[in-house]
Amino acid sequence: MKVRGFLIGLLAMTVAAWPVAGAWAQDKTIFIPLFVYRTGPYAPSGIPNANGFQDYFNLVNERDGGVNGVKLVIEECETQYKTDLGVECYERLKGKKPPLVNPYSTGITYQLIPKAPVDKIVVHSMGYGMTASADGRWFPWVFNFPMTYWSQASAFVKYVASQEGGMDKLKGKKIVHIFHNSPYGKEANPTLETLAKQHGFELTLLAVDHPGQEQGATWLQVRRINPDWIYLSGWGVMNQVAVKEAASKGFKMDHMVGNWWSGSESDVVAAADGARGFKSMTFHAPGAGFKVHQDLVKHVYDKGKGATKKDLLGEVYHNRGMINAMLNVEALRTAMLKFKLKTPPASEQARWGFENLNLTEQRLEQIGMKGMMRPLKVTCENHESNGMAAVQQWDGKQWKIVSDWIEPIRDVVRPKLEAAAVEEAKKLGYTVRDCSKEK
Amino acid sequence: MSLLYAVFVAPFVDMATAPAFFVEVLLGGVFAGLMYSLVALGFVLIFKASGVFNFAQGVMVLFAALTLVGLMERGAPVPVALVLTVAVMVALAFAIERLVLRPLVNQEHIILFMATIGLNFFLEGFGEMLWGANVKRLDIGVPDESFQVAGVLVNKLELSAAITAALLVAVLAVFFQRTRIGRALRAVADDHEAALSIGIPLKTIWVIVWAVAGIVAIAAGVMWGAKSGVQFSLSLLALKALPVLILGGFESVPGAILGGLIIGVGEKLGEVYWGPLVGGAIENWFAYVLALAFLLFRPQGLFGEKIIERV
Repeated sequence: MKVRGFLIGLLAMTVAAWPVAGAWAQDKTIFIPLFVYRTGPYAPSGIPNANGFQDYFNLVNERDGGVNGVKLVIEECETQYKTDLGVECYERLKGKKPPLVNPYSTGITYQLIPKAPVDKIVVHSMGYGMTASADGRWFPWVFNFPMTYWSQASAFVKYVASQEGGMDKLKGKKIVHIFHNSPYGKEANPTLETLAKQHGFELTLLAVDHPGQEQGATWLQVRRINPDWIYLSGWGVMNQVAVKEAASKGFKMDHMVGNWWSGSESDVVAAADGARGFKSMTFHAPGAGFKVHQDLVKHVYDKGKGATKKDLLGEVYHNRGMINAMLNVEALRTAMLKFKLKTPPASEQARWGFENLNLTEQRLEQIGMKGMMRPLKVTCENHESNGMAAVQQWDGKQWKIVSDWIEPIRDVVRPKLEAAAVEEAKKLGYTVRDCSKEK
Repeated sequence: MSLLYAVFVAPFVDMATAPAFFVEVLLGGVFAGLMYSLVALGFVLIFKASGVFNFAQGVMVLFAALTLVGLMERGAPVPVALVLTVAVMVALAFAIERLVLRPLVNQEHIILFMATIGLNFFLEGFGEMLWGANVKRLDIGVPDESFQVAGVLVNKLELSAAITAALLVAVLAVFFQRTRIGRALRAVADDHEAALSIGIPLKTIWVIVWAVAGIVAIAAGVMWGAKSGVQFSLSLLALKALPVLILGGFESVPGAILGGLIIGVGEKLGEVYWGPLVGGAIENWFAYVLALAFLLFRPQGLFGEKIIERV
């Protein structure tokens, strides 16, 4: 009887202590939700990207013992790249107090932007999302470093100019922008239109409806216009079909440049040899020749903890997932160093870390990513940072960087961005903050 | 006034002044239309024999193409892979008849339709589990190159797809009109009970029709897969077939072909000559507008059976 009573008492104490134990465990780890799309039509891009995230977070846990000694706990939530599912993931996981989310979809980002300041969760839309949110005075909880779509489009124009012999040589040139008929695809249009007016090139905008499986009419128009350059803002099957159409119509592939969501290994599969020469913008290098990849093999893959096959390391989207995870980690680390934390940063502290991220060449070398991307610095005003773009080219077997780092045309982009920020912030009822008062 | 000119005059002036380009647009429409017809045919076959709108037809196209390319990637020569894929689609037809259709005999058509929605999601997930989600290249030996005829650019792959579609339609027409099974299929389509009363086995007919729809799905999957790579968005091709079905009628093989051609040519002309007036990307919805406009005059579609009900 005594034993029975003791056991019941023990059980009752265990049950009572369970939530406390859970909370204690939670306090010792940083929870990061991963919005992934491993299924559905966009899975070919979503899978390597999610694997890149998983691998880098795993590497930080295995190699460095976590961020400043605090381990990362990751939970995936499948969005299939659908906005409603993404919002559902956010609502389900925000209770676990994540310091940040990476929505990995412009549609989902737009839905989360109004929620971020209410829930005090940083939204990091790396190279996608709402360009206007790069004005940190209006959007303190949203970050889109290292670059926005507008900066990217201006870097593309600068690249074209460099190939043609200077900005003055743009006059009279014909550039076609083939874009996914969605808020994402249209993002680059205002910048391209402004630059077309300034530099006298003839811009034609050709929209392609989702999903972009059939683009016959678009390419008939391209053939008629006979452009000097094509800029492609596609996604999923739209990219594969566009590259194949361009190749079959005999367009000069090295004069077709995708944006950074239109230049991965899966985008050139269908066209095979025809895709040789196709270019795309990027903000990081492809390939597995960096020290971080050696670390990954040593600390993660050799222990059987890798997210993918070893020979798939270095794919464009795997590297991008790693870069995104690295930027998350470095922002959290910045916060934890500043506030001398050995516990997860509070939401405001995490936000401070993002806003004061200063990723130096030296730090990139320490984490094994020297040469993989440019150093960058985020400020209170500028949430897209001072990032730069480059151009990569498909040589038939792999992507290779073929340009120097290109500085965006900031004096064109920034004023337009600030004006757009005022407009977007008004819709949300936001007030501007004074960055000179921020510490 | 200038708007009226842009809508009603300028496009036609454009067509007249650049006739070679106009022919190229027409040809592009014909090729695309025949490709849509290939997908629409699968819907028609099943609807004809069972009155079921097979929501899973788009996924069947995907599943067939995935199976073919999956087998080829594992070293099977093209003919062997093709035969094995046909075998898989026939086996699938048996399984669908046994596990999905037979338990639902005599149920409302809407119930059967719902069952095909379930089948759609099952096949999509099963295909992904079996063959992976990566984009796969499908090389059918036809170079994706173009050649010029009198200033008109013709793509070899599109041309061969159009010829394949035309051949397939001819074979299906002979099958339906000249063979015993074809006649039995038509009898079942006309009246299930009457067909049963003269000894036509309904279950066998259903297996045959789903198997034929599966083989048509292989043809559609091969042609579209060669064009865009084999990937999961192939399942969305069903959306392209819908306006074709609305226009051509759900029960007519010639209707699917003619509907495909009208939609294909119509959307290309619309996009190229009128699209720029509204910022482009009208191709998808313009096809539905065309189909709906047509419904105003012939609710049963081009070749659909006229609905006469005694009241």
